[in-house]
Amino acid sequence: MTSPSSTGLPGAGKTVALFATCANDVMFPDTPKAVVTLLERLGCRVVFPEEQTCCGQVFTNTGYYPEALPSVKTYVKAFSDYDYVVGPSGSCVGAVRHQHAMLAEEAGDHGLAREATAVAARTFDISEFLVNVLGVTDVGAYFPHRVTYHPTCHSMRVAKVGDAPLQLLRAVRGLQLIELEFAEQCCGFGGTFSLKNPDVSRAMVNDKARHVMDTGAEYLVTGDNLCALNISGVIHRNRGGVKPIHLAEILARTEGGNQ
Amino acid sequence: MSARDDVLARVRASLTDVAEPDGPVDWAYGLPTAMADVVDRFVETVTDYKATVVRCGASELPGQVMRGLMETGARTVVLPAGTDEMLHRTLEMAADLSVRVDDGSLTAADLDATDAVVTASSVGIAETGTIVLDHGPGQGRRALSLVPDRHICVVRAADVVSDVPEAVARLATSVRAGRPLTWISGPSATSDIELSRVEGVHGPRHLWVILVEG
Amino acid sequence: MTATEQPRRDKDGRLTPAPPEWTTRPAAPFPEAAVKGLENQVQRANLRHATGTIRAKRARVVAEVDNWQDLRSAGEAIKNRTLRHLDQHLVTLEESLTKAGATVHWARDAADANRIIVDLVKATGEQEVTKVKSMVTQEIGMNEALEEAGIAAWETDLAELIVQLGHDFPSHILVPAIHRNRGEIREIFREEMGVYGTPAPEGLSEQPAELAGAARTHLRNKFLRTKVAISGANFAVAETGTLVVVESEGNGRMNLTLPETLISVVGIEKVLPTVEDLEVFLRLLPRSSTGERMNPYTSMWTGPSAGDGPQDVHVILLDNGRTNALADPKGREALRCIRCSACLNICPVYERVGGHAYGSVYPGPIGAILNPQLRGVENPIDKSLPFASSLCGACNEVCPVKIPISDLLVHERHRVVEEKKRHQLNQFEPAMMKAASWVMADHKHLEAAGTASSLAGKLLPIRTIGPLPGPLSRWTQNRDVPMVPAQTFRQWWKENHDERA
Repeated sequence: MTSPSSTGLPGAGKTVALFATCANDVMFPDTPKAVVTLLERLGCRVVFPEEQTCCGQVFTNTGYYPEALPSVKTYVKAFSDYDYVVGPSGSCVGAVRHQHAMLAEEAGDHGLAREATAVAARTFDISEFLVNVLGVTDVGAYFPHRVTYHPTCHSMRVAKVGDAPLQLLRAVRGLQLIELEFAEQCCGFGGTFSLKNPDVSRAMVNDKARHVMDTGAEYLVTGDNLCALNISGVIHRNRGGVKPIHLAEILARTEGGNQ
Repeated sequence: MSARDDVLARVRASLTDVAEPDGPVDWAYGLPTAMADVVDRFVETVTDYKATVVRCGASELPGQVMRGLMETGARTVVLPAGTDEMLHRTLEMAADLSVRVDDGSLTAADLDATDAVVTASSVGIAETGTIVLDHGPGQGRRALSLVPDRHICVVRAADVVSDVPEAVARLATSVRAGRPLTWISGPSATSDIELSRVEGVHGPRHLWVILVEG
Repeated sequence: MTATEQPRRDKDGRLTPAPPEWTTRPAAPFPEAAVKGLENQVQRANLRHATGTIRAKRARVVAEVDNWQDLRSAGEAIKNRTLRHLDQHLVTLEESLTKAGATVHWARDAADANRIIVDLVKATGEQEVTKVKSMVTQEIGMNEALEEAGIAAWETDLAELIVQLGHDFPSHILVPAIHRNRGEIREIFREEMGVYGTPAPEGLSEQPAELAGAARTHLRNKFLRTKVAISGANFAVAETGTLVVVESEGNGRMNLTLPETLISVVGIEKVLPTVEDLEVFLRLLPRSSTGERMNPYTSMWTGPSAGDGPQDVHVILLDNGRTNALADPKGREALRCIRCSACLNICPVYERVGGHAYGSVYPGPIGAILNPQLRGVENPIDKSLPFASSLCGACNEVCPVKIPISDLLVHERHRVVEEKKRHQLNQFEPAMMKAASWVMADHKHLEAAGTASSLAGKLLPIRTIGPLPGPLSRWTQNRDVPMVPAQTFRQWWKENHDERA
């Protein structure tokens, strides 16, 4: 949405294609909605290319390369025309950047690999888009709660968003950030890992959930809703009070605002 | 086909995708690591390993070796062939010390019954607190600095380099000449039980380093 | 013991402690084997403590090195360059070793290597040998091959001694007895040392220093009388024929120095072209493995040395599956491994499960890629190993030679799946994946799925899903799941946003 009022805002003149990701689309629609609210508030024009489906990593990471290829093709088709593609998931964005070209090469499709590389270079997780592209850390958010942050593995080590999420959280008015012990250890989700090695996955997530509950926070913030689903599933079962929330949903809320 | 030919043939068959020759590695070899004072750092890092380090001038060396032997409780000592004459004579004169010079005939059992060894060294490495013997004159064959329980090791300040790359550069000549090397960083140690470090397993349990300056 | 003396045998009629029974049976695939580790609370506490300690030590000494990332890149580049022309470097190594007076042997596999070793030991007339800790002799099952030939092989590394006397199997590359605590070690020493040599001293306590002292005493006689020693090598310098062993306790030096005959088993991937290349690896290895600036002892030797150490020096160059890995341009990257264990120590799966579940002497993330590379993906253990990871990627960051472990895990998974498809095994998963792939191939398919899901969200009167039966019980056994929402994002966008834009 570009309007005269957006002039002077950090996102002015920028059109952003929203990569909602399949899991957020179906299971956590509030997260992509928050991304829309937030980016529009910062002056961006947000579009949602409807051809998009999925990053394909559930196939890739389970060893099904040919089955992942349709996702690469739909992604390239949906997003090739945009300067900025932004998604609320370090994991899905990481898969786009780290795996799409490889999958195309494995399939012997060099043309697709070239296109995938080009669009991957313009794909960002919401936190890095705000901090590194728009250059903002204070997005005008208000969230008067105690929160703890779990840096999900793929945000940290594949998308490599660095401390962008923490910079954003620290600038949120009213927010109290509580440090999470063993924050950098995996929650044990790992996609199909949690089904193929259920016992190990449970042992990992039980530890993570305990560390989260030990913080005494009201909210567990992540940049990946599936990791949060994993952790909060255990917390809920144990009658713990920490609620999961995506970073974008905190950033979208303003004082007196309804988001 | 012999195993040799088989293995080499398999290696070659595995590498058919490799067409071009070895490219250069983007690494500058043999560079020093920057530090304020190489010798000070050496003393610091060797001490970190729970070894004793004593600094002295050249003339004080025999006296300092005597002191090391006494303080570690050594009564018998073996000296490698090629040990400094002055040092050898001083130790011979010590009343309560039995001195043997290695002529190659001492067995492992003889060395096991010997309290201490005094050796020279080739290189000291400041960053890692390491002493390297290339087993040249005064440094002895390898068993000498291994079996006796106390190792008094003389390091010349001029032989202390900043870090491993400089050390490897200096030692390359010895290796190419076929000499064995022994790199020693503190006394023998293990962390095999619950990752708790314990000094003193099979090698000398006491490492006493005398750093000779000037 | 002299050659004429009758060797002492234990109650099982063996010269050395029998390994655990389960190592002689086909082991279970990882998910099943992992349960045993997860349920062993003592082992879990031991591992939590030990891996935590070593992780912190590593982080501290790595932070001291300003150019650590450049150093890792150099290690990666040197290994890559060497592996890509391995045949040339191996021929050079053989020439240098021969010139230095060593005898070079080649082994295609474990059987070849063990045959050579047994023959060499028999030629000396000795009935026992001592060993430097080495992964490769574990890999080829050398101790058991020697036992069968009537030769006792004694482990001399403290942790390997604990494992051997404990009728146990190593569970870690660097610290094979990492799964044991001091109390367990004391019991093993008290019960077993006397059966195989010098007994543990009376009143032995649990103090690590006393336990290490008991090992020193137990092994001293063995070192002083041993005529034959067997080692591996951390590095083999092609240019000079120099072998390098990196260790801490001095047991390595004892073995490399006191005996008359020295037999070293060297995997063909251990070659480095020049002496100078050592400057990179001698900085990378100690900091990554024990978390020290430098390990207490590093020995280098170039064939026999006149008047010093073993005069009969043998080197066995071993393939044993390494060329399988080499033939895979991606899998080849795993051959850079210098066996530091940093990936094990940082791995959240390893920390909870322990090393035995991996069914190999190479456990942890590196084992999960190396075993399928060396042994193939045909047997159930090797098929399961690439999936023994949540792909969290912590291992990638600590690997001193920058092996992209999670990428290789995914690559191995692909190989396993291709194998499955070829043999039309387990049709359920491929069918599921094919169906899901169809959904993702076109947004209209995904929309239909989303509509079904949101309809369920609208109609079902529940907020939370608790324990479920069937395959989903694996997830819901300890986790609740929120009910799917009544509207997908796509539906919301169409209703609320399209007009606004």
